[in-house]
Amino acid sequence: MEPKKQIPIWFFIGILLAVYGVLIFASGIYYGWISPPIHKVVFADKHVDVWWGLLLVLIGGFYVLRFRPGKTVGQ
Amino acid sequence: MNHLPLLAVAEPAEKSLLTLAPVDLVIIVLYFAFCLGIGFYLKRYATTGEDFFMAGRKMTAWIAGLSFISANLSSLETMGWSAMAYQYGMLGAHAYLIGAIPAILFLAVVMMPFYYICKTHSVPGYLKLRYGEGPRALAGISFTFMTVMVSGASMFAMAKILHLLLGWDMNISIWVSSITVAIYVAAGGLLSAVFNEVLQFFLIWLGSLLIPILGIIHAGGWHKMMASVQKNAAIIHPTVQNADFTSLWRNLGSFDTNPMGIDWFGMVFGLGLAVSFGYWCTDFLQVQRVMVAKSLRSAQNGTVIGAVLKMLVPLIVTIPGLLGLAVLLNGDGSVMVLVPESDPRANITHHTFNDVLPLLMGQYLGPGLLGLGVTAMIAGFMSGMAGNVTAFSTVWTYDVYRPLLNKNADDHHYLTMGRWCSVLGVIISIGTAYALFYFSNILEFLQVLVFFFIVPLFGTVILGMLWKRATPAAGFWGFFCASSFSIAMWIFVHTFPAGYMPPPKITLGENAVVTLERLGTAENITRVVVESGTVSLLNARAAGAGSDLIAESQTVKSAPLDLAATYANQKVPVLAPSVVLADNKTPFKFGVEGVPVVLKPGVQIAATVVSRKFVPAVFNPDHVKLVARSAKAKPMAVNMYSAWWSFVVCISVTVLVSLFTRPKPEAELKNLVMGLTEIPDEGPSPWYDSPKLWAVVVAVALVAVNIMFW
Repeated sequence: MEPKKQIPIWFFIGILLAVYGVLIFASGIYYGWISPPIHKVVFADKHVDVWWGLLLVLIGGFYVLRFRPGKTVGQ
Repeated sequence: MNHLPLLAVAEPAEKSLLTLAPVDLVIIVLYFAFCLGIGFYLKRYATTGEDFFMAGRKMTAWIAGLSFISANLSSLETMGWSAMAYQYGMLGAHAYLIGAIPAILFLAVVMMPFYYICKTHSVPGYLKLRYGEGPRALAGISFTFMTVMVSGASMFAMAKILHLLLGWDMNISIWVSSITVAIYVAAGGLLSAVFNEVLQFFLIWLGSLLIPILGIIHAGGWHKMMASVQKNAAIIHPTVQNADFTSLWRNLGSFDTNPMGIDWFGMVFGLGLAVSFGYWCTDFLQVQRVMVAKSLRSAQNGTVIGAVLKMLVPLIVTIPGLLGLAVLLNGDGSVMVLVPESDPRANITHHTFNDVLPLLMGQYLGPGLLGLGVTAMIAGFMSGMAGNVTAFSTVWTYDVYRPLLNKNADDHHYLTMGRWCSVLGVIISIGTAYALFYFSNILEFLQVLVFFFIVPLFGTVILGMLWKRATPAAGFWGFFCASSFSIAMWIFVHTFPAGYMPPPKITLGENAVVTLERLGTAENITRVVVESGTVSLLNARAAGAGSDLIAESQTVKSAPLDLAATYANQKVPVLAPSVVLADNKTPFKFGVEGVPVVLKPGVQIAATVVSRKFVPAVFNPDHVKLVARSAKAKPMAVNMYSAWWSFVVCISVTVLVSLFTRPKPEAELKNLVMGLTEIPDEGPSPWYDSPKLWAVVVAVALVAVNIMFW
């Protein structure tokens, strides 16, 4: 029996990056405004984690949509 | 007397640098689960030897290129080359410029057609076709040995950073990560490794890129960062105070003007030719990634894509090393000094060169981002290790097991052998991890292995490809003699015919009770009085002119014993990793140099006098001068010159033996040697699909970058 067509690697990457983005964005909100840690890192006031989390969500989301199973694209 | 307080902290010795928040742990656990999931998902697609060992030869150029670079972007790479940049400044970036790009482009344009057209499974496999069984067996066995050694190095790097950052037990880190790699590689073979490598590429970049961005902003911009690098380097690296840490080429006019103790010849011919071409053109771990592309053009374009990505890596590796020189400060605002692993203060009172990246992570990455940064490190480790394991299982199965042990088994048998080899490779490499303590820097370990085997391999392969007169006997003897010469050179530079005595060192035993006399600030220790407990002395002597080395273990009798604070113009380090202060009975640790130490009656002395003729961690300057043309050459410079001599020996012996032995008939060299190989026509393609065009573009970019940072 022929194995099913492989899901593109880009789809897996998209899922992981999107999930990571959500987690980092949420933790940025939590530790930035709700419960700030005692020992702050350099540039804590710039909330880098919020912006970086959003960036990961955008990159991950693009790959998930572009390479989702069933959509005909090359690897 | 000039007292030099090094570090004095009243903290438990085992406290880790960072504590992970729950979100960080979730990110790390997700990564492991994802890797395993991909492995199990791909197991159904690895049903033949070709699937398992060569990923079915169906990768696109992008996947091949990303995998090509990701397999190289291990923890060794990120941690080790950050450490190199901390130690050698901008010269560390050469590993990504002249030390990689010309070789990768050469692989793409010149060598890849031969590898691809002859459809070999491995580089040793090419040697079999070109020269015969002897060179293949030699290369196959040395390569399998090397891969497990490098894999062990990668494990060590991983376990150490997790221990340093998080306090995780090194054994648990090694076993959990290794078992994960073993499972996903054994399940899906090269296909699984390549998938994970592409995933890891994204994680490494997205987890590491914030450090240089935030670091440069923190330093006040690029120019201010470089000014701080040059200013602080004089304090951090006092033995090379006049060296220029901020240039790529300007400082290579002589051995004295750069921190590596090398000149332009060693950099160009040692790194740029011997090490670089050896590693990128004939290290099967790398070549395997692009050999499995779906067409020759994809293989070539994938390699060129790899060159572009490689040229970008200094952003996340070299710049953090430079930032370590520029922005890492102690609590009191003084410049933080990191030391080599071989320094007696390492990991007691001082962090080491290899810690520069983790320290920066702690400085800039908060919860969530720290988890991503740690995951990037773990991903780097896993990709490097998976690369070694897949290359090991392929070379062992096809180039050692099949030709030498079991010639006539069916494909399923070799597939099973490959799966078990993946597990075995992991287990063997675990045993090699601790050998790294002999070397002052992780990358130097890798470098030593490279010039032992890879450089001779490159000499043999390239002559075989370009010169049809090279004979089978010459292939074997060229490779054998150059490898032997490399090992002999390594032994030579670490040999001390007159004996080597390690510098004196005084170490206060655990829970020794001490009184510290201080001047001004609490950290400025001026005298150490040991009230009770044990003191270890290495090549130390009592104070007073002409006193002998203290060679016997003893108990201090009725009068206090003063130990020499300096000897032969060298300040004696005094290390106290875990002592108790006499005045308030609190635990304390400190390290000082050149400070008087008094031992009160009753103190136990454990004395050792050491003199050895062979010391793997120390270079003999007299011998170094013969190999690297300067007694001031640092370990990396010695390795580069050693690689060059190894290459010269390989070429000379191969040519010489070829002149006196019989070559293979031309009919047997078809598709293996230049002039006897016809490049297949892959049909028309648009201009932007041409590997040669992009190779030229990348070469021009390389020149521009070198001029920019001249």
